[in-house]
Amino acid sequence: MALQSLDIARRSATTTPPPGVRQTTEVAKLIDVSACIGCKACQVACMEWNDIRDEVGSCSGVYDNPVDLTAKSWTVMRYAEVEEKGKLEWLIRKDGCMHCADPGCLKACPAPGAIIQYANGIVDFHQENCIGCGYCVTGCPFNVPRISKEDNKAYKCSLCSDRVAVGQAPACAKVCPTGAIQFGSKEQMKDYADKRLVDLKSRGYDKAGLYDPQGVGGTHVMYVLHHADRPELYSGLPDNPSISPLVGLWKGFAKPLATVAMAAVALGSLFHYVTKGPNEVSKELEDELEKEDAK
Amino acid sequence: MIRNPKDLQRYTAHERANHWVVGICFILLGLSGLAFFHPAFFPLAQLFGGGVWARILHPFIGVLMTLSFLGMFFRFKSLNTMTPADKEWLARVGEMVNGDDHNMPEQGKYNGGQKAMFWVMAASVALLFVSGILLWRAYFNFPVDAVRLGAVVHAAVAAAMIGFIMVHVYAAIWVKGTIRAMWYGTVTRAWAKQHHRGWYRQMTGK
Repeated sequence: MALQSLDIARRSATTTPPPGVRQTTEVAKLIDVSACIGCKACQVACMEWNDIRDEVGSCSGVYDNPVDLTAKSWTVMRYAEVEEKGKLEWLIRKDGCMHCADPGCLKACPAPGAIIQYANGIVDFHQENCIGCGYCVTGCPFNVPRISKEDNKAYKCSLCSDRVAVGQAPACAKVCPTGAIQFGSKEQMKDYADKRLVDLKSRGYDKAGLYDPQGVGGTHVMYVLHHADRPELYSGLPDNPSISPLVGLWKGFAKPLATVAMAAVALGSLFHYVTKGPNEVSKELEDELEKEDAK
Repeated sequence: MIRNPKDLQRYTAHERANHWVVGICFILLGLSGLAFFHPAFFPLAQLFGGGVWARILHPFIGVLMTLSFLGMFFRFKSLNTMTPADKEWLARVGEMVNGDDHNMPEQGKYNGGQKAMFWVMAASVALLFVSGILLWRAYFNFPVDAVRLGAVVHAAVAAAMIGFIMVHVYAAIWVKGTIRAMWYGTVTRAWAKQHHRGWYRQMTGK
């Protein structure tokens, strides 16, 4: 049973509706890239609160460290150096799970209850139900889930579902020294973003905007971007992310259809036997051979 | 059943054993694979000790089936070359299914349907092996688009193959006197004369 304050909206590999009488407020985390100083306090808070320590890596020549998300690093800062209008801009994006309203991971997952979407919008992995197939990786348009080499379970940011359940903000939001990570209801976060956008536009960032991609139904982690028209500047943030049509084909209508087709072949065979009877060796042939033998 | 010394040897012990290894692998693969195919089948994973064990075992059984199928492929490949008579047989398969096989063209060791099944199985195993390797995350790491495509191909080919195998098994049940060929290798002369007259004449010289 999930925490009571976190009602379930969707459950992986489950075809019946979850309990849904209670409506809860949608939450969101807003990452204001224009206010981020790249201090990595969020990375530290994440490992502190979740109590996991990644292996110490090596310097790759840039600030990115660890260089990528891992089963033990659920959020990483990505530092992009971009030249805009003759000036260098250091675009620092805190990467991690976007908590999509339409989560590709959950859609692709074959293990019942391994991926849960709470009514408040948080998408959470329940590792005890995870079978380690990695289908969530193929479902994700943001390349977020990581399969642990140690236990073959999938891991990613939980948006601190345990903290949110008791009315706390995620650890990264709690610790951010500049207020670049905000947490609240999705509506509040959109309002907050609007104010930030007014400020950014007044400072000459005409294309500043909120990143809440509709291709995945919107997300519960949103970004304020100075260059919202080119999200790919921010270490390859996808411009218009959506679940791959291949995943839709694989997980959509085709499978129930194939199941019906397989059942039809099995039943068709049974009824063929019942209606047409078996194909026996003819009596005449058997008699003919018996006569030959008797000679 | 008393075995008649005049029965015809259709399969050697090695051929039968090979077929059973493929068949057992296929059943295990079908059951464990369906568990991931649709939530309705997930309980099948319990037959393997739960979802994690099903996920671990499925690809190894797949490799074993591919290898044992290769054995069958090379044993029977030359016997499964399509001829014009086979094509005519296939064109008139409706009569056969309808229960009247008296006017079907004369067939050798295998009829057109069996040969078509052989090549469909060969193509299916090849596709399942390649797409399965793409999906085998415990040991391989391919670009995500290749894995996505692999998942679609694997699921589609597997579903089709399950259908074809059901037809294969049903045909053996429907045509009486056939299954013993896979148990102990022999068939009666009357069976051979009725269903594979060309092969009957070749075996008996009549």
